[in-house]
Amino acid sequence: MNLLYDPWPWYVAGPLIALTMFVLLFIGKKFGMSSNLRTMCSIGGAGKYSDFFKFDWKSQRWNLVVVIGAIIGGFIASQFMSNNKVIINPDVAQQLTTDYGIESAGEAYLPTELFATENLSDPFVLAVLIIGGFLVGFGARYAGGCTSGHAISGLSNLQLPSLIAVIGFFIGGLVMIHLLFPLIFS
Amino acid sequence: MKYISYLTIGIFFGIIMYKSEAASWFRIYEMFQFGSFHMYGIIGSALVIGVIGVQIIKKYKIKAIGGNEMNLHPKTKSVARYLIGGIIFGLGWALAGACPGPMYVLVGAGYYSILVVIGGALLGTFVYGLVKNKLPH
Repeated sequence: MNLLYDPWPWYVAGPLIALTMFVLLFIGKKFGMSSNLRTMCSIGGAGKYSDFFKFDWKSQRWNLVVVIGAIIGGFIASQFMSNNKVIINPDVAQQLTTDYGIESAGEAYLPTELFATENLSDPFVLAVLIIGGFLVGFGARYAGGCTSGHAISGLSNLQLPSLIAVIGFFIGGLVMIHLLFPLIFS
Repeated sequence: MKYISYLTIGIFFGIIMYKSEAASWFRIYEMFQFGSFHMYGIIGSALVIGVIGVQIIKKYKIKAIGGNEMNLHPKTKSVARYLIGGIIFGLGWALAGACPGPMYVLVGAGYYSILVVIGGALLGTFVYGLVKNKLPH
């Protein structure tokens, strides 16, 4: 296989994510992506409305630089290291097509039905994207972290709160896919 | 100079997220359908190495650069905030198919609709700040 061009298997990606966490710990920081959302709110002046946003956001500038890096990384990987097509389990792809009319699995990186720019004019698509994002932002701050902060960093440190949060992530995800998707998409 | 290392870590992280397809909506959907081991393998293997590494750091009291303590503070105890907050996060993770790291990666990859998701996430964070004191923690 072509390691540069083909998708990376889990046993390459997982250890590299752990490495990312350790490098951040080693330079005195921690791995947590969702706290950037709070920092951005603070920079945008949200401190006028809630004390939650009155904190020394300048101490978090380093994490915003990580975000800029992640954007550049996404650019490099999509432009030079990928055919931008995600092939998933054919049964799951078939089910997406039959039940929800999402036919772009294997053809695109994200479902074009939801993420093609021209579909932004569709109020349904717009609502899915905004509500999805809203729940991620609200939930991550309420839970005090997201996949990186709890599922990777917190669980690596054997934190019971992180285990509770990750169980919550999966309850929420399973409820969305198995109970709410049939209501939302069909 | 320090910022160069943060930038490099970010680029590295972004490439991993994109190349492992952890930033793909399809992979998140497939995970919650139990259709593949892929995502479980990514999180699981990161975790096994993470747990072992953190134990080694603690056992040998390894310090961060400059001799400072590593940033491994215990999290405050609670059930409500982690469980309820976690469930809300999970609902959004499955719907938008992206968590807060991959969102930025997808901007760089040119999927500009993800900016709407990021806008929603900023709004969600802002609303949390407004209602925080009324929620069980």
